[in-house]
Amino acid sequence: MRAVDAIMECLKAEGVEHVFGIPGGANLPTYDALYDAGLRHIQCRHEQGAGHAAEGYAKASGRVGVALATSGPGATNLVTAIADAVMDSVPTVFITGQVRTDLLGTDGFQEADVTGITLPIVKHSLMIRSAEEIPTAIHEAFHIARTGRPGPVLVDVPQDLSREDIAYEPVDSVELPGYQPTTEGNTKQIRLAAKALANARRPVIYAGGGVVNADASKELVELCLSDKLPVTCTLMGLGAFPAPHDQWLGMLGMHGTRAANYAMDEADLIVGIGVRFDDRVTGKLSEFAPRAKFVHIDVDPAEISKNVPAHIPIVGDAKRILPKLTAEYRALAPDTARLDGWWKRIDGWRDKHPLRYDDSETAEIKPQRMIEALYEVTGGDAIVASDVGQHQMWTAQYFHFDGPRKWINSGGLGTMGFGLPAAMGAKVARPDDNVICVSGDGSVVMNAQELATCVTENIPIKVFVMNNGYLGMVRQWQELFWDRRYSSVDMGKSPDLVKLADAYGATGLRVQDKGELEDVVKAAMDADGPVLCDVRVTPEENCYPMIPAGQAARDMVG
Amino acid sequence: MTDATDILNLDDLEVSGGGRTGRRHILSLLVENKPGVLARIAGLFARRGFNIDSLAVGPTDDTTISRLTLTVDGATHPIDQVTKQLHKLVNVIKIRDLEPEDAVARELALFKISADGDSRAQVMQFAEIFRGKIVDVHKRSLTIEVTGTDDKIEAFEEMVRPFGLIEMVRTGEIAVARGKSAT
Ligand SMILES: Cc1ncc(C[n+]2csc(CCOP(=O)(O)OP(=O)(O)O)c2C)c(N)n1
Ligand SMILES: [Mg+2]
Repeated sequence: MRAVDAIMECLKAEGVEHVFGIPGGANLPTYDALYDAGLRHIQCRHEQGAGHAAEGYAKASGRVGVALATSGPGATNLVTAIADAVMDSVPTVFITGQVRTDLLGTDGFQEADVTGITLPIVKHSLMIRSAEEIPTAIHEAFHIARTGRPGPVLVDVPQDLSREDIAYEPVDSVELPGYQPTTEGNTKQIRLAAKALANARRPVIYAGGGVVNADASKELVELCLSDKLPVTCTLMGLGAFPAPHDQWLGMLGMHGTRAANYAMDEADLIVGIGVRFDDRVTGKLSEFAPRAKFVHIDVDPAEISKNVPAHIPIVGDAKRILPKLTAEYRALAPDTARLDGWWKRIDGWRDKHPLRYDDSETAEIKPQRMIEALYEVTGGDAIVASDVGQHQMWTAQYFHFDGPRKWINSGGLGTMGFGLPAAMGAKVARPDDNVICVSGDGSVVMNAQELATCVTENIPIKVFVMNNGYLGMVRQWQELFWDRRYSSVDMGKSPDLVKLADAYGATGLRVQDKGELEDVVKAAMDADGPVLCDVRVTPEENCYPMIPAGQAARDMVG
Repeated sequence: MTDATDILNLDDLEVSGGGRTGRRHILSLLVENKPGVLARIAGLFARRGFNIDSLAVGPTDDTTISRLTLTVDGATHPIDQVTKQLHKLVNVIKIRDLEPEDAVARELALFKISADGDSRAQVMQFAEIFRGKIVDVHKRSLTIEVTGTDDKIEAFEEMVRPFGLIEMVRTGEIAVARGKSAT
């Protein structure tokens, strides 16, 4: 059979049902095979959109997201999505067409060295050299993408090889001598961690996206509830522990709650699970959690002691480790009363510094109010994809995620333009769930073309644009740290989002009166098909609280 | 809590890893002999800000596997970060951080030295002391091959530099573990 038909067989063997992409010269054979392969292909409008859709699909479902692109510009259009996927550890496979082998290295038409370009931003890549190796390469790609610390894998397939006939045999195992992720976690270290936790008087559980990736939310909750352990999540980890909850301190980091950040600052033991001590969490590293010892649980050994030295490192899969840790901890029968003083202190911060904002006295919609309305109308029963900016932080703060894989955002790379296509991918993965996208007026136009995909492919996502007329997050920094010199952050009045929706064949809605907000959100949720809703909010509202970049938790403002 | 063995003073916990060793490390890697492997390793060092002091690549007795020997300064880099990042590369099969006293390390260098008239005999004498081999002779120059540890090669370089070192080419160190077991 043709190698491309073998690719289809491999995809199906991997359980793939949906792929996102755009055809072109170098992957014409692939698209010919796709024509009647029995897979659903979602024909996107831009490869970046296809890439983020594959990410959204993966984040919402835990399955590997797949995107296809042709050589040259098709492949380079995927670059941002690949970089995004590596930063947020998203299991994805990107299959690109490449020019014929006789043209390789000659600057042939639409030739780009995509394996070279993406070398620093992939978990792994495979450049196909002979047609026979294609099936193995596809299976290796899936295996690497989904196991260990997940990430993007690129497979670059020259056009001539993809059309060759090969003797296809189903591949049922891959052999990668240099790739053996650790899963179990060292028993002694787990015991030591339990002991440290039982002896801690001011512990904090600090959970991240790794818990979501490992599908270990239940195990996390069990650990936290086995005693009265305070827990905070990173931006990527939201939903890993159900909010709101007594033991939930809120998100930590730059726009986290004071309770979470102050607790980290005063903790004597921090148990980091699937986290990487990113600078958005630690602030000034030398002043980060100065009183704490660290237990660090992660599947990627290179994360341990990369930014913050760990005292008790545990390498492995959180899903395997957490139950053992909980059992060991329970066996020690720790005295919950030892945490009373700590909770008193935490409750003091919670009472004194709740997340709050001053609602408008006019009809003006405050951005925080917009998120509250979304939360109230949906009852929290929605998958929420977000773009990047103030709206993202407000969503993280005011939409309380009560389960994993309900919050889909670009954390590590901070990619504007991520939200809409990611929501599209999430909706394809979970068609029976409400999928909304909270975007900004700056972000939404970075991949608005995918609204056409949503319309033609019948993917009814609801996009709510927090329209403040600005590249708001940048404006906020200019206001606070650059003397209010607003340099290139005004969005003007273009485009008219309702007309834009209309042009794509989606439903366009607009709301600017606080009193109508709920009704319009309801109308959007109830409408058939994709909706783009322009929510006009206060133009110059700042997102607080905030740890200014490079400062310590104690220096939170607002 | 009743059992005394359950008591742990958090102050007694010490950090593991992430530190600087302050010495030079020889990392011996087995890697899959596949296109792009070297680029992956070089790229990793570049983007993580690690410096490679020397690098030698060659085949092994197994044609599908190559050996790479890297020397890295443990004073400027946390070596465990370097090895852990290297391990993340799918094509890297095995890494051994060789302790200097547990390894035999050798490097080969070619020195082209001005050597006419009086200096010629002196240069030849140094070559002999360092067990170098004269591999090319010209009216005004000598090319000498020296093998040894990098200390020895540097010592030789220092000796002959005053005569006029036209050029020097070094392979970078290779190493094997001492004793019977494989590196
Ligand atoms: C692709 C990309 N370009 C630039 C930035 C820098 N940036 C971060 S937030 C932001 C403003 C986002 O504006 P908008 O989408 O309107 O969101 P708002 O902050 O106003 O809610 C910009 C330009 C980015 N994160 N991503
Ligand atoms: Mg904006």
